[in-house]
Amino acid sequence: MSAMQDADARLLRAVTALLTQKGVTSADEIAERMRLTDAASPGQGARMVARAWLDPEYRALMLADGTRAAEALGIPMRGAPPLGVLENTADLHHLVVCTLCSCYPRAVLGYPPFWFKSAAYRARAVRDPRGLLADFGTHLADSVRVRVVDSTADYRWMVLPLRPAGTEGWDEARLAAIVREGDMIGTTQVAP
Amino acid sequence: MTFAAGARVRVRDDWPETRGPCHIRTPHYLRGRTGVVVRHLGDFPNPEDLAFARPAERRPLYHVRFAQPPIWHEGHEGDDVQVEIFEHWLEDA
Repeated sequence: MSAMQDADARLLRAVTALLTQKGVTSADEIAERMRLTDAASPGQGARMVARAWLDPEYRALMLADGTRAAEALGIPMRGAPPLGVLENTADLHHLVVCTLCSCYPRAVLGYPPFWFKSAAYRARAVRDPRGLLADFGTHLADSVRVRVVDSTADYRWMVLPLRPAGTEGWDEARLAAIVREGDMIGTTQVAP
Repeated sequence: MTFAAGARVRVRDDWPETRGPCHIRTPHYLRGRTGVVVRHLGDFPNPEDLAFARPAERRPLYHVRFAQPPIWHEGHEGDDVQVEIFEHWLEDA
């Protein structure tokens, strides 16, 4: 272990001990948060998307209250910011960015991809979303409107993408397996 | 809660960052711009106080939609940007 890592580890132990001693948190709480953080991944959001494609009632719940919809599938949302869900349609495509920092719906999508925090993505998503989408291989017809959602405050946003043609009759697990993180950020569209 | 869905609002053309240390969740590119309230998202502690560990009053937060052009030249007509903005940054337009 390098001197720097050693110093970091000592600092972490000291802060943890102080927070525990003062009753701000507990060792169990820290262990629980680490477990939840490790468990969060795009697979969680993909399960929500697949369920929404198959179940109109669930879809309505998801669009009205993303947090409750996540909890309905057993995804832990305690302590997470409220989740909003943006519905892509045949003539409206959503793209999520956080121009001020890196707000991301971690509870349902896990850690953001590295580029989500880059200055280039954050600047270009609001200024030239169609050019940025083209760089991701997403070419939208001129008839499709683009709505950029700049995540600036207390909500976190995920996209409910369009179900692709050719997936008729697929079950929930098979549908969830084709939904990637970019589809739920809006940089890509689901491909069967 | 002051602004109803559909209300036309202008983001205050104010630049507190020129007056001293601050933490603002209102993007530069929207200062002075006019948009339409989509809906009230809820009330949340004012981040401008929260960031400095000051007592933070809960303030209404709105989703506000802005037409992409004329904000950016690259935008297509019909495209838009939707942003969370606190009530104290909005005025009637």
